[in-house]
Amino acid sequence: MSYLTRRLLTFPLVMLGVSILVFVAIRLVPGDAITAMLGTEAGLLTPAQRDALASYFGIDQPILAQYWHWLLGVFQGDLGISVTYGKPVLGVILERFPLTLQLALMSMCVALAVGLPAGVFAATRNEKLSDLGVRIFAMIGQSTPNFVVGLLIIYALSAGFGILPTMGEFTPFFTNPLRNLGQMILPAVTLGFAFAASVTRISRSAMLDVLSDDYVRTARSKGVPKRSVIWRHALPNALIPVVTLSGVEFGYLLGGAVLVEQIYALPGLGRLVLDAILQRDYALVQGCVLFIAFNFMVINLLVDLLYATLDPRIRLGEGG
Amino acid sequence: MTPLLSVSALRVGFGRDPMKNEIVKGVSFNLDAGETLAIVGESGSGKSVTALSINRLVDFGGGRIIDGSISLRRRDGSVFDLAQANEPSLEKIRGSEIGMIFQEPMTSLNPVLTIGTQIEESFRLHHGLTGRQATAAARDALDRVRIPDAARRLKYCPNQLSGGMLQRVMIATALACNPRLLIADEPTTALDVTVQAQIMALLGELKRETGMAMIFITHDIGLVAGIADKVMVMQAGKAVEQGSLNDVLDRPQHPYTQHLLSAVPHFESGRAVRSDFHREETSSPALTVDGLTVRFKVTGGLLSRSPGSVHAVENVGFDLMPGETLAIVGESGSGKSTTARAILGLVRPTRGSFSTHMGSVADATDPSVQMVFQNPYASLNPRLRIDSILAEPVIAAGGRVNAETRDKMKALLKRVGLPEDSLERYPHQFSGGQRQRLCIARALMLNPSVVVLDEAVSALDVSVQAKVLELLVDLQREYGLAYLFVSHDMAVVERIAHRIAVLYAGEIVEIGDAASVLSNPKHSYTKRLISAVPSIDHRNQHFEIDTRQVPSLVRPPGFEPPPAEWRSFGPDHSARAEA
Repeated sequence: MSYLTRRLLTFPLVMLGVSILVFVAIRLVPGDAITAMLGTEAGLLTPAQRDALASYFGIDQPILAQYWHWLLGVFQGDLGISVTYGKPVLGVILERFPLTLQLALMSMCVALAVGLPAGVFAATRNEKLSDLGVRIFAMIGQSTPNFVVGLLIIYALSAGFGILPTMGEFTPFFTNPLRNLGQMILPAVTLGFAFAASVTRISRSAMLDVLSDDYVRTARSKGVPKRSVIWRHALPNALIPVVTLSGVEFGYLLGGAVLVEQIYALPGLGRLVLDAILQRDYALVQGCVLFIAFNFMVINLLVDLLYATLDPRIRLGEGG
Repeated sequence: MTPLLSVSALRVGFGRDPMKNEIVKGVSFNLDAGETLAIVGESGSGKSVTALSINRLVDFGGGRIIDGSISLRRRDGSVFDLAQANEPSLEKIRGSEIGMIFQEPMTSLNPVLTIGTQIEESFRLHHGLTGRQATAAARDALDRVRIPDAARRLKYCPNQLSGGMLQRVMIATALACNPRLLIADEPTTALDVTVQAQIMALLGELKRETGMAMIFITHDIGLVAGIADKVMVMQAGKAVEQGSLNDVLDRPQHPYTQHLLSAVPHFESGRAVRSDFHREETSSPALTVDGLTVRFKVTGGLLSRSPGSVHAVENVGFDLMPGETLAIVGESGSGKSTTARAILGLVRPTRGSFSTHMGSVADATDPSVQMVFQNPYASLNPRLRIDSILAEPVIAAGGRVNAETRDKMKALLKRVGLPEDSLERYPHQFSGGQRQRLCIARALMLNPSVVVLDEAVSALDVSVQAKVLELLVDLQREYGLAYLFVSHDMAVVERIAHRIAVLYAGEIVEIGDAASVLSNPKHSYTKRLISAVPSIDHRNQHFEIDTRQVPSLVRPPGFEPPPAEWRSFGPDHSARAEA
């Protein structure tokens, strides 16, 4: 059996575990869908009305029965109906996901485009002033909350240049790419800032390790020019930790970035999950969490496959 | 005619203030084209720093040339001062005029690039070859270092080749552009002795073919005899003696050279074996091993069947008398360390039995067998104080640490030559040799009858080795200890062993009295092993290049080797019959 098949077989097991956890957790939170939806007016309901609503939402049944019912649906590709949107959960998620995916990809591009060269640069100037500068930048980037960075960027652009981020109704990329990018570039930079700082730090330390390795000395002894020593001989060996970090960060971003979505008024997955929790939209919360878990597993698999292409010593599927 | 390389009054320092931290303190030498200079010294003597200063790789390790000049006569006849040169001009010299090979072939090649790419790189850089021409040149370079099936091997990554093969690849890379000077920094130290002989033979042959000059750095004065024209002995950053090979080896002037030649173990073909023990068949052995077999299952995929097992140790048997040393010799992969580990219960044997005075050894808790490991830097917990480290075996055996234990610790420390206040110190406060003494003291805490020494002196400097060996011999006499001494180093084995068992591909191929095995080896592998051992007697000897590889130890499931046939060659000397 191939490595890929074996890995894919673990997916349903993990999803099952995640689904049980989230199913129980959301029901442990005080309050219920009816109170959340009607607010104080829920107090005006007669017991009969309340029971009718509960039975309509399916929350009058014992928890095991609810879970079983839901699980059967999941196997048929039906994640249930969102009570807040009155639409199938999967549809609601897939509506929001392209934005989140685009935002995550763009942030990662920003992070790698800035962080990797900065880290490599700092490593080659170890302990010099320019190295110190990069390290301070990375420290600030990692320790500043991203809503602060976001607000600062908006403020600087509007106060300094009179430019305001493109607001208004979100435009999907394929409807109007320019307008879409105008809306997305600032959130991507905001998210990418902290991400870039982590990439900088990790690529700097990985490069420092690699630059003192024997094969780098060998390359130098062959007369390989400095630039080539760094980019061709050292960097590919330093990429593994960078890939690990990027995979994890990317996974988090795919779960949505609540604060940044809020600041830039973007309808992403993060706000969807938050609203669903506040509304006790059980089916939607479950669906979102399951979806996010699935994304994480796919990314982890991709990261592992990437390891094997980066480093020939890593051979997947050996030794079980 | 000016010499090819002329180093004069070279001083090299390290760190922020190189003047204060001087490693090389005024070294001068000349090297003519086609000549080989061996630089001999122990770790910290500055020999590697001297070599790395010549192609200025020392700059990348934090070193700086403080003073002196390094003049290289270039191919076009101009003289170039490497000590003053800037980095871009050095990049043109490295690889094209000065090649270098290093100690650890396993780590000296880039793990993510194919070896073809790495060899081609030299041709691309210095000869401007591209594409198919570069590939063809790389294939020729591999052919030149006698790597069979070169075209296919070009596509391999370093992890797919053995250490000996990788060192050949290193040599092929370094010699790609026919440098006129090759710097070889301990090129065989990490290799097995028969592989070492092959690499030395190859270097000798290539030197004759190309007429290049060579600087050969080594800690092993025995090794220089085979290859050097001139020898320079270094100690603490200074060249204490320089001269022609025969002058230095036969008429050493400086006390340190004399010490290296006399105090350090050299292989003497069985003439230097110990004669302080005679077996009496009536006494009962301290350890008996019978039919020891260790196999590791090779894992297949999740559902596919296992393709077989690695037969790491196959039907090994011997006995060990109190006061006797049995050396188990063999190369990497021969199963010698697995044998030692199985006896201590660290590896579960597939079958076989052991017995000691205490009964059968089935787990690691038998206090009558103790072990000293190879690397004294890794085998002492850096967070524990010495008294805790010495208390460890007592606690493991279920004992209590009391005043009596402390007295024992003090007595043992004194016995192994360490000050009494060592108890309150931490491992990092000791040198390598002292640490190994601590490991020996730890092994003796439970009054064992058998001590397993797994390459116990291999990680130590040669002159320290000699002292630790002396200590081991003294302790053996004093406590009547039986030693199982696992080693790849024949010179060391000759100094400590009473009997020798030669392990090859998991099986004992020859066993017997040390003098007899070393002076009159009978099995073809033992002969090969012993003839590969460098010795100051083997002056400029030509080795035949032998590219034989150790056979694969993976056997199909259920495989049982045919029973061995033994031939006897004396009262205590027998070897396996060969087909």
